[in-house]
Amino acid sequence: MPKPVYIAHTNCITPLGFDVASNIENIAGQISGIRKYGQSTLLHQPFYAARIDDEKLKTSFSKIASDGGYTKLEQMMILALHPMVDSAKITDKTAFILSTTKGNITALENPESPIESAQLHGLAKKVADFFGFRTQPIVVSNACVSGILAISVAKRLIQAELYEDAFVVAGDLISAFVLSGFNSFQAMSDAPCKPYSAHRSGVTLGEAAAAVWVTADHQNAKAQIIGDGSINDANHISGPSRTGEGLYRSIQAALSEAKISTETIDYISAHGTATPFNDEMEAIAFNRLGLENVPVNSLKGYYGHTLGASGLLETVIGIESMHQDKLFVSLGFDQMGVSQPINVIAENKQQKIDCFLKTASGFGGCNTAVLFKKTHQ
Amino acid sequence: MKNKNYIQSFCRIENNQIVLDGPVVFEAQPSTFSDFSKKAYQHFEMAYPKFFKMDALSKLAFLGSELLLKNGVGSEKENNIALVLANKSSSLDTDVKYQESIADQSNYYPSPAVFVYTLPNICLGEISIRHQLKSENTFFIFEAFNPAFMASYANVLLDTGKAEKVLCGWVEYFNEEYKAFLYLTGKDGTTEHNKTNIEQAYTK
Repeated sequence: MPKPVYIAHTNCITPLGFDVASNIENIAGQISGIRKYGQSTLLHQPFYAARIDDEKLKTSFSKIASDGGYTKLEQMMILALHPMVDSAKITDKTAFILSTTKGNITALENPESPIESAQLHGLAKKVADFFGFRTQPIVVSNACVSGILAISVAKRLIQAELYEDAFVVAGDLISAFVLSGFNSFQAMSDAPCKPYSAHRSGVTLGEAAAAVWVTADHQNAKAQIIGDGSINDANHISGPSRTGEGLYRSIQAALSEAKISTETIDYISAHGTATPFNDEMEAIAFNRLGLENVPVNSLKGYYGHTLGASGLLETVIGIESMHQDKLFVSLGFDQMGVSQPINVIAENKQQKIDCFLKTASGFGGCNTAVLFKKTHQ
Repeated sequence: MKNKNYIQSFCRIENNQIVLDGPVVFEAQPSTFSDFSKKAYQHFEMAYPKFFKMDALSKLAFLGSELLLKNGVGSEKENNIALVLANKSSSLDTDVKYQESIADQSNYYPSPAVFVYTLPNICLGEISIRHQLKSENTFFIFEAFNPAFMASYANVLLDTGKAEKVLCGWVEYFNEEYKAFLYLTGKDGTTEHNKTNIEQAYTK
């Protein structure tokens, strides 16, 4: 029997606030971080995005570090980790896992800057050195499942007794690079994104960082990680499987490891990017598993799609949902826009949540599903 | 949990050469990676036209995986072969090309066909599609090849039953500099799957 692994601390840095409490307060008030931005060097046309205010970030960062020389993303990640990393507790068996899709990709905008400034292991080293982690940083870069996959990786490594605990941080930025790319796919919404809605027209991008402490120590545990799966569709590199095969199998793998049936799941924090294909695929996968009546939301209406951060950020919020027994509205949803029925949360509700499922899917045909169980402190 | 796993086959691609389980199985005159990879593709009669749409990183990972999986994978049978690859430069070779396409507002031509390759795990998707591997996959970034981590993570997948075999290794490509070291590990074999044996296969 592999040993139980828990999440004991959580934090996030988002347009809705720089700690979990302020994020939850805004979500409960159905306040979105998405704003409209005019044409700029970021994109040659107006766009919607959820961005972190540079000045606010700088002010917060200056309270914990006097030294400049950290990029916006590094500042976000350090701020996310800061309240939970007690340097005295870092040991030779403490892992540091960083998840991102594009890291400091904006470094490429300056043709003078060396390629090293855009390399992900360099980003990880910079953040690791701030806190004094002793083990080699592990970077997970697996498209839009990176953030949630990083939790699986932490859990697996701890169960294999390679580490005793792991600090996991995830983050991604809005950049000309990602905006132009999603725009070239004609995947960008011309309004704040509307996951699962009949009126959805694509993604809204966002930026955020999130962090969790994963440990085998039951003390202070907020949630137990009871099962996970990360299975490829083997279908297409830039679109999901029509049948949701990889997501279906990822959830099945998580259920079978957790030795629970679908009835045990009280809430699903889904991916819900608001592209026509993604949301439809998720509805199909959930139906194939008999999960169509489980309350489900996508948090993209609050944060936009924060790419490699999204899975971890949404887990942080999901854990808080579970602890407060609160189901939060899937912001942007109005009229059902997927062909298979799913139970999209349309109003905030107090309801017992003892177990929730977090899912994500991404380019390259990847999918990840992780099951969390409430722990009573 | 501590079952023994074995390295079943390995492949190295570097310096215009391909090594499979020890001997050099293909060699070409020094030229570009594009040219070398095309010659290797033709030499091994791979017959998979999608290959030519891939970026260099995916071509590199694809070539290695073809050589390791060609004998063991039947499309009629489900294969639970996980994919765990890592490198140093992520997808930066393609990222730089993509950045060039958006750098100049008067010459702005972002292409979705290029953008999709600006993620390192796309090569895992390509291999999964080619061999219909509906299986675990993860892409890691390290400053240098990390055999101890690779051994541990692959063993976790095998020991917990999340995979029957794991195709793992290193696929690094940036600006014409490349090295691929891929191997297949599973429960049968003679060469034990450990740091020392992986290091040995990585270097000679």
